[in-house]
Amino acid sequence: MSGLEDLYREIILDHYRSPRNRGELPVPPAQRVEGFNPLCGDEVVVFLEFADGVVKDVKIAGQGCSISQSSASMMSAAVKGKSIEEARQLISSFKAMMSIHEQAIGGDGSDGERAEANIPPDGLGELAALQGVVKFPVRIKCATLSWNTLAQALDEATAGVAADGAA
Amino acid sequence: MEELDPVALRKEFPLLETRRRPDGKRLVYLDSASSSQRPYQVLEAMDTYYSTTHANVHRGVYAIAEEATRQFEEARAKVGRFVGAPNPATEIVFTKNATEALNLVAHSYGRGRLGMGKAVLLTEMEHHANLVPWLMLAGERGTELRYLPITDSYQLDLSDLDKLVDGAGVVAVSAMSNVLGTVNDLRPIVEAAHAAGAVVVVDASQLVPHRVVDVAAIGADFVAFTGHKMLGPTGIGVLWGREGLLEEMPPFLGGGEMIRDVRLDGFTTNDIPWKFEAGTPPIAEAIGLGAAVDYLESVGREAIAAHERALTYQAIELLTDRHGDDIRIFGPGPDDPNRGGVISFAYRDIHPHDLAQVLDSSGVCVRAGHHCAKPLMRRLGVSATARASLYLYNDEEDVTALSDALAKAGEFFG
Ligand SMILES: Cc1ncc(COP(=O)(O)O)c(C=O)c1O
Repeated sequence: MSGLEDLYREIILDHYRSPRNRGELPVPPAQRVEGFNPLCGDEVVVFLEFADGVVKDVKIAGQGCSISQSSASMMSAAVKGKSIEEARQLISSFKAMMSIHEQAIGGDGSDGERAEANIPPDGLGELAALQGVVKFPVRIKCATLSWNTLAQALDEATAGVAADGAA
Repeated sequence: MEELDPVALRKEFPLLETRRRPDGKRLVYLDSASSSQRPYQVLEAMDTYYSTTHANVHRGVYAIAEEATRQFEEARAKVGRFVGAPNPATEIVFTKNATEALNLVAHSYGRGRLGMGKAVLLTEMEHHANLVPWLMLAGERGTELRYLPITDSYQLDLSDLDKLVDGAGVVAVSAMSNVLGTVNDLRPIVEAAHAAGAVVVVDASQLVPHRVVDVAAIGADFVAFTGHKMLGPTGIGVLWGREGLLEEMPPFLGGGEMIRDVRLDGFTTNDIPWKFEAGTPPIAEAIGLGAAVDYLESVGREAIAAHERALTYQAIELLTDRHGDDIRIFGPGPDDPNRGGVISFAYRDIHPHDLAQVLDSSGVCVRAGHHCAKPLMRRLGVSATARASLYLYNDEEDVTALSDALAKAGEFFG
């Protein structure tokens, strides 16, 4: 089973089997944003509730493969209690980790080595377990689905705050 | 009829013959419904054409240009005869793929000929290629779309056919589902459609590679299929249409080749089929498709169909015997003699993506996803399935490899 263990780390399987923060939140006060992976039909729904600029609660609904589900689960655990700014920071760190492969193949073509060599997934904690996904390019979209959905939820939340402030 | 020998045939498919898995074993290719592999005869025909004969067609007066034109038109006639076209020289339109062929019909017939207020009748099992072009038409003109539902045994439900077809101007239906493997009985649909004054469009992308298809016998008005699923190259598809209808229809794309005369204030169109072939056509691909047709005929389509029937039966029996309730197959049972060699399934609660990934690590290539049939996925109550599909070069060893790999995946995900 070449490379499979790189993709399916134990911690990923654990989040897949027992997803954290699964469920829904009442809307409002929570925000609800859906994300789709058009390639495979996977769907994730992110519920976010803010208090004083902090992610007070987060829930994840939807369905998908082990990579998309475990990524969403780890994400929910990671962003809970974080400020919007910190959550944004986390999103960009995660997406940077996931884009290493694309940069490498866009560059000199020695993707394998570079994908393995230069990843500093600082501050990502257990999310670093998803690093192995970059070796399986078709699965990157699975891993980033919930993060793109979170980003959209944050954008909508801050746009909403700005609009409220203006009114 | 001679039985075919998949082991001997595989030797003629360079990719299947040379490509190895990390452990040195041969690849188990079970995704021909998505795209088949091709034999060296097809590759050589295209190579030979490029290295000895290439020039643009229908333009040059020099020898190689005439020779290229002759080979291109011969390929058309060959493909036409292969599907029983009454007028192979005029009724076969080369397109980029089946999708373009179906868009051509939706555009040129749908916008040009379909009466306002006429509905389009589709089915719940259509590939997006035979769905989205009609949705686009509906979006523009408000055309009403109706759907033949499917039964819980994965067949088209024709009980309301007469009602649904009443007021329809087009009935567009797939000959074989790329998800379920169901081969539809087109006769009652064609009869009801024609009685109601509708034309019938058949998406035969999955059937032409695997069965004898005779467009005249089907009685449809348009039949679309695609080269790369029938041992031919990518980049070429086919639309067969009745001569009279093709003549009446306005062109699809505009440009060179499809015109008779162009002035600054207008143009007149070329004769069929060239009226529908704007620009330089896929010449080498047409010649490659011609070689694929020769190959399929030399192996024998009856023999291919018989081989696939037997193997599909074996596969379903083996998978259900060994995996019992762990496997759920979405499609007709193994005893349905019309069933095609497409086997969609769920294995335990492992997501199809994960399943396909683990199978790949065992060198088994299957497709996972919605197979471009999202409405059908919703009808089945799933977001995706895994799908193994069989062709002339597959054998029992491949099916056993699939079954073993499924067991491994089961262990892996515990
Ligand atoms: C039933 C059916 N129709 C249409 C198509 C579209 O074929 P193509 O992508 O070659 O246009 C496919 C294959 O994907 C198919 O299975």
